[in-house]
Amino acid sequence: MSPQPSEEAPALVITPPRGWAGLGLRELWHYRELFGFLVWRDIKVMYKQTALGAAWAILVPLTQMVIFAFIFGEVANLPTDGLPAPVFYYAALLPWTYFAQSVTMGSNSLVGSANLLTKIYFPRLILPASACIMNLVNFAIAFAILALLMAWHGLAPSGSALLLPLLLLMALVTALGASLFLAALNVKYRDVRFAVPFLVQVWMYLSVLLPFSALTPERFGAWRYLCGLNPMAGVIEGFRWCLFRTDEAFAARAEAPWPLIAIGAVSMAAIFALGLVYFRRTERMFADIV
Amino acid sequence: MGGDIAIRIEGLGKRYRLGQSVNLTRTFRETLVSLPRHLGQRLRGSPAAAPAGTGAGDGAPPGWFWALRGVSFEVPRGEVIGIIGRNGAGKSTLLKILSRITVPTEGRVEMCGRLASLLEVGTGFHPELTGRENIYLNGAILGMRRAEIAAKFDEIVAFAEIEKFLDTPVKRYSSGMYVRLAFAVAAHLEPEILVVDEVLAVGDAEFQRKCLGKMESVATGGRTVLFVSHNMQAVRRLCTRGVLLHEGTVQSEGEITGVIDAYLRSSAHQEPNAEITPDMHRTYPPAYEIHRVEIRNAGGEATATLLMDERFTLRLHGRAHRPVQGLRVGVTFRGGDGARLATIVAGPDGGISTGTLQGAEDVLTAQIENVFMPGPHSLDISVKSGGGDWVDFIEGIQFTVAPVSSSGREPILGGYVRLDAQWSHAGRRSDAA
Repeated sequence: MSPQPSEEAPALVITPPRGWAGLGLRELWHYRELFGFLVWRDIKVMYKQTALGAAWAILVPLTQMVIFAFIFGEVANLPTDGLPAPVFYYAALLPWTYFAQSVTMGSNSLVGSANLLTKIYFPRLILPASACIMNLVNFAIAFAILALLMAWHGLAPSGSALLLPLLLLMALVTALGASLFLAALNVKYRDVRFAVPFLVQVWMYLSVLLPFSALTPERFGAWRYLCGLNPMAGVIEGFRWCLFRTDEAFAARAEAPWPLIAIGAVSMAAIFALGLVYFRRTERMFADIV
Repeated sequence: MGGDIAIRIEGLGKRYRLGQSVNLTRTFRETLVSLPRHLGQRLRGSPAAAPAGTGAGDGAPPGWFWALRGVSFEVPRGEVIGIIGRNGAGKSTLLKILSRITVPTEGRVEMCGRLASLLEVGTGFHPELTGRENIYLNGAILGMRRAEIAAKFDEIVAFAEIEKFLDTPVKRYSSGMYVRLAFAVAAHLEPEILVVDEVLAVGDAEFQRKCLGKMESVATGGRTVLFVSHNMQAVRRLCTRGVLLHEGTVQSEGEITGVIDAYLRSSAHQEPNAEITPDMHRTYPPAYEIHRVEIRNAGGEATATLLMDERFTLRLHGRAHRPVQGLRVGVTFRGGDGARLATIVAGPDGGISTGTLQGAEDVLTAQIENVFMPGPHSLDISVKSGGGDWVDFIEGIQFTVAPVSSSGREPILGGYVRLDAQWSHAGRRSDAA
């Protein structure tokens, strides 16, 4: 009398949510195909009906690099750890642009998909996560330019470059943590829309324009490690170190970034945990108030 | 739970803050300003933690209301069950909880099997993507596996009749093609439990017939179906059992005929020519509100009773609360059994230009030839934005067509409308050689 119960279709129980929601990894796995489709959609749509198309992925960090190299390298004469200014700044702007675009898109992902939120159920986490994943495509495109720049300046990558994926993962998790928090906050307070560009800009000054070597131990002592609380500082210093440590001029000036990365990893975990907890706590109200 | 129950609902309740969709989107400043007051309330006992009362409307702290309260019923496996009730009765809240879009405040639902809802067809369609791409995307959003979509792909394309436009971005589709494609994807879902909303009644007549046919085959295929509709004919035809919701509670439940009768007896009688009360609106206040509907007979008097062939005037009084672009106001005429008889629309494509409906006191006037047969009728008023989003919806404004025409008594025939037919005859008498 009872045709195929549980096996394929386990009984689903809906009750009012209580207390702390778990990670929901199991459910995320269940919805992995939808996740894939949304990432695919975002990548596919990203450059539709644009005149320049994927060139945008290169144009943004490249333009910033030119400005930075000119103003801070030529005019202000900030130290570049013995590297040509274009390479020095581009290597920082590469992970930074990835991070900034992920946070910007991620924090708008829920509000931008209000019609999905109010009509269909799926783990809401997919939306900000999709924004952080799809920006990897832009990163990959922009990375090709870095290779060209390095070849032009006769810089060979060191074997440590194999660590770059780990650093990129650190940027991704930080971006996801920040996106989760800001996206959830954005559902409730539309102020976030105005705050994010501002926040990203301030964050950029702290990450890109402040080479760690500028904070000399003589002047700042152990306090200089405070800037490691920004995980992106560790990521950027790490990027430079891994790419350029075979360059003699750089190796003579630059300091190994490991303490920064270690502090950044702790800070990243905290940002991610905060973002995730806040997201999961407010998630149940999204459809009612978005 | 038993293998022959598909859905078991126990004491389900959902509480909303009044005007939640509008007011909760606050700015930081407002929250900061009201923080001391909220903290004060916290200390004296938070409203969110107030004990549950009994019955809708009870036990809700000020500023909150129960959209659904103490709802319990079971849906046997393979049953087609009709969920009926007025606007604001809690139908859509119930569906949203079942499809897990929103969470309940209290109670419990047990469900056996995958549930898919056709609350809105075309959700997640991306205008820049092609028909082919959107079939995959939409299918995944509705909960189909990739392999499942691939297996049904040809069927979906054939059902939607868009073979030639598969690789065209859907933003270049006509609205008919768009709707057909959206429905085709949704119709090929094969969940154990299917939730269908009335929105399915879209597209041209030919397509509607196809949709109803599909619905019927699903219904007879042993699938559990929850069917939400105002069209009592369709409900009667498709459903075996029904649940009548009224103000968030179950008013009647059981065999479909009895439930429909209870609905028709109880449905609110909002008379025309009176101010429409806030509870008649789907949400209040909407961005654009129709606050008064007048029916005037040929003599210009306000009335709720029309003669059979009378030319009458419909006057809609509206006011804007917030600016909305490209408003469209639609009026749907229904027969006594809820069947949709006709819809008229005022909007950019109906002779009323965009931007006209922005004032504090708008009056839309329509001159209409009454073609309806005698009996009770009702009007629904819908207001939609240029983008097709719901702005306001009022249903069940009652009027009657008297069995009298301006030229005196006329024979009452079956059907909903009178057709002006000019007969002529050609032929020979059979007895003529």
